[in-house]
Amino acid sequence: MQDILVTKNIHRSFGALEVLKGVSLSLQKGETKVIIGPSGTGKSTFLRCINQLTPPDKGEVWLEGIEVTNPKTDIYKIRQQIGMVFQHFNLFNHLSALNNVSVGLHRVKKLEKNEAKRMGLEALDRVGIRDKADSYPAELSGGQQQRVGIARALAMNPKVVLFDEPTSALDPELIGEVLEVMIKVAEEGMTILAVTHEMGFARSCAEEIIFMEKGRILEQGDPEKFFTEPEQERTKEFLHKITELYGNSKEGG
Amino acid sequence: MIEFLTFFWRILPDLLAGLQVTLELWGISVVFGFLGGLLLALARVYGAKPIYYLATGWIEFIRGTPLLVQLFIIYYGLADVGILFRPFVAASIALIINTSSYQAEYIRGAIQSIQSGQRVAAESIGMNRIQMIRFIILPQALRIVIPPCSNEWVVMLKFTSLAFLVTVQEMMTKGEIIANRTFEFLKVYGILAIIYLIVVLFFTYSLDFLERKLEVPGLGTRG
Amino acid sequence: MNLGLLAREGPSLAQGALVVIKIAAGHLTLGLIGGITLAIMQVYGGRFASSISDIIQKIFRSIPVLVLLIMAYFGLTRLVEMPAIIVAIIALGVRSMAYQSQVFRGGFKAVDPGQMESALSIGMTKLESIRFIILPQVLRKVIGPWSNIFNMEVKDISLAYAIGVLEILKRGRYIIRYTHGNSLLIYLSVALFYFLLARAGNTILYRLEALLRVPGFEGRGDS
Repeated sequence: MQDILVTKNIHRSFGALEVLKGVSLSLQKGETKVIIGPSGTGKSTFLRCINQLTPPDKGEVWLEGIEVTNPKTDIYKIRQQIGMVFQHFNLFNHLSALNNVSVGLHRVKKLEKNEAKRMGLEALDRVGIRDKADSYPAELSGGQQQRVGIARALAMNPKVVLFDEPTSALDPELIGEVLEVMIKVAEEGMTILAVTHEMGFARSCAEEIIFMEKGRILEQGDPEKFFTEPEQERTKEFLHKITELYGNSKEGG
Repeated sequence: MIEFLTFFWRILPDLLAGLQVTLELWGISVVFGFLGGLLLALARVYGAKPIYYLATGWIEFIRGTPLLVQLFIIYYGLADVGILFRPFVAASIALIINTSSYQAEYIRGAIQSIQSGQRVAAESIGMNRIQMIRFIILPQALRIVIPPCSNEWVVMLKFTSLAFLVTVQEMMTKGEIIANRTFEFLKVYGILAIIYLIVVLFFTYSLDFLERKLEVPGLGTRG
Repeated sequence: MNLGLLAREGPSLAQGALVVIKIAAGHLTLGLIGGITLAIMQVYGGRFASSISDIIQKIFRSIPVLVLLIMAYFGLTRLVEMPAIIVAIIALGVRSMAYQSQVFRGGFKAVDPGQMESALSIGMTKLESIRFIILPQVLRKVIGPWSNIFNMEVKDISLAYAIGVLEILKRGRYIIRYTHGNSLLIYLSVALFYFLLARAGNTILYRLEALLRVPGFEGRGDS
């Protein structure tokens, strides 16, 4: 099985503060891996280092055999192959749901307008909100907006999708619909790297859980083992805290 | 380059004499323009219906028409019906009338934003209207009003150049005289541009500095 | 008031009015293109681009428009033969570019940085992101402040008078000269024209704003 995504020793500092101190991991095709850890440990920064929204200071990123971090690589082509779903959705405010999804197909992949539209509708269908195709972001609930965000990422037919705390900005009742979509996408065979607190999702879909703290991977492993016998003290502490807060349910409610 | 500088040096005294008149014109319009604006603003906030409509109509007209046309009306137009002004006076009147209407709007906005909160408090300690305006509303409003008004003052500084078109002996006129004498039109107006640039930037930064010094914590642009 | 005069000289004034409209269209368009470019340089450019654009806008906003017009007249006509109206459009256009750049700069800064992020994440280049995602949002947000610039600049077109452009004010003065009087009537008519022109422009902008409105977008978009 081929490695779809590999990061080697990623370092990133902001001014004097070193946020990432050498993060290495790999994902094989179809794998889902979840990153957990306390806030401010650089998890979001790490995701952004992968698609170079925040280029790393040191280290390499490889996407299916192509070195992303090489300055000669066409980063725009690479970004088309990496999907990203944001905590605050970041939907394009001036475009309808359908256009949010199809703008990448039409303007970046240069597909014909009607073709882009058709594929956009398919993507919206996949996440279950085809009926809201002509609605604008401000008219949608948070959960609906995030599903559009996921559709937008999926429509580009990426090799891997990065989720950056996709449910953290949602009201509790709306989390469920987004998790359902994420589980479906994982089950359909997409390679996923997700930063999230949703333990239910991690338990049911992840091949591996990665615990990051202070810019380093402290522990990683198979979910069942991770939750029942974590090795590090810090891991135990953290898991204890979040199972208190977020509960153990598979469905978000 | 050197001959440019010697030219610059030669004509500078004449231009500075003109600059003095420019600044006099400016000073007059800033001070009386602000007072006029204050009166108009008070008329709009506290005035009885007829006064309100008069002030509003006047402000609309002045803000909606070009300063140059207003200037010509005062200098040339009124002369036609027998009212004559010397150029400097006409220019002063035009600038005062013009800037007072713009400043009136800023001042009105400031008064109204303070008004909503403070009026009830002032009334509850027994103040009458005039006391309230004088001791509570205006002191606060005047502070808020400094940023937009000081912008307007800088705009006025630039508009004093229009006095040139009614023969006031300010800097532009001096420049024209020199240019016609030496035929160095581009050089002279280029130098004028540089002088204006320096003076305007100087006052812009100074007023910004003053603004920051006068800031009262909590009394920002929120009402 | 000799209203018959207005009827007779109406066509001449109307031609002047047309000149004003042409200048307005020309210089505002120039300013729009230049302004957006300068703003993009200031907000998204590297250190060099943003300092240069900042300096440019400061300079052209600090020099009085009258000086700009006259400098442009002498400078440009020396290089190539051109009618005064073109000089006016260029000079006013450059100044407009400086003012509009600040309006657009505010607009760009007001857009959520997340918009650029997600645009980049689907593989758009910075320029594509600005073109398809950022600018459409900015244009909608910026119509209010832009109309303030519009109002200011329309009136300043009257200054083209100073470089001999046959706009409505100049024609008015010719009429006054060869009919020996009636200056108040003519000047007030000129003032009225500018007033109505600004009004008309504002109405168009208002309609445009309504047309471009996207549901829920004026305020915040998150629910």
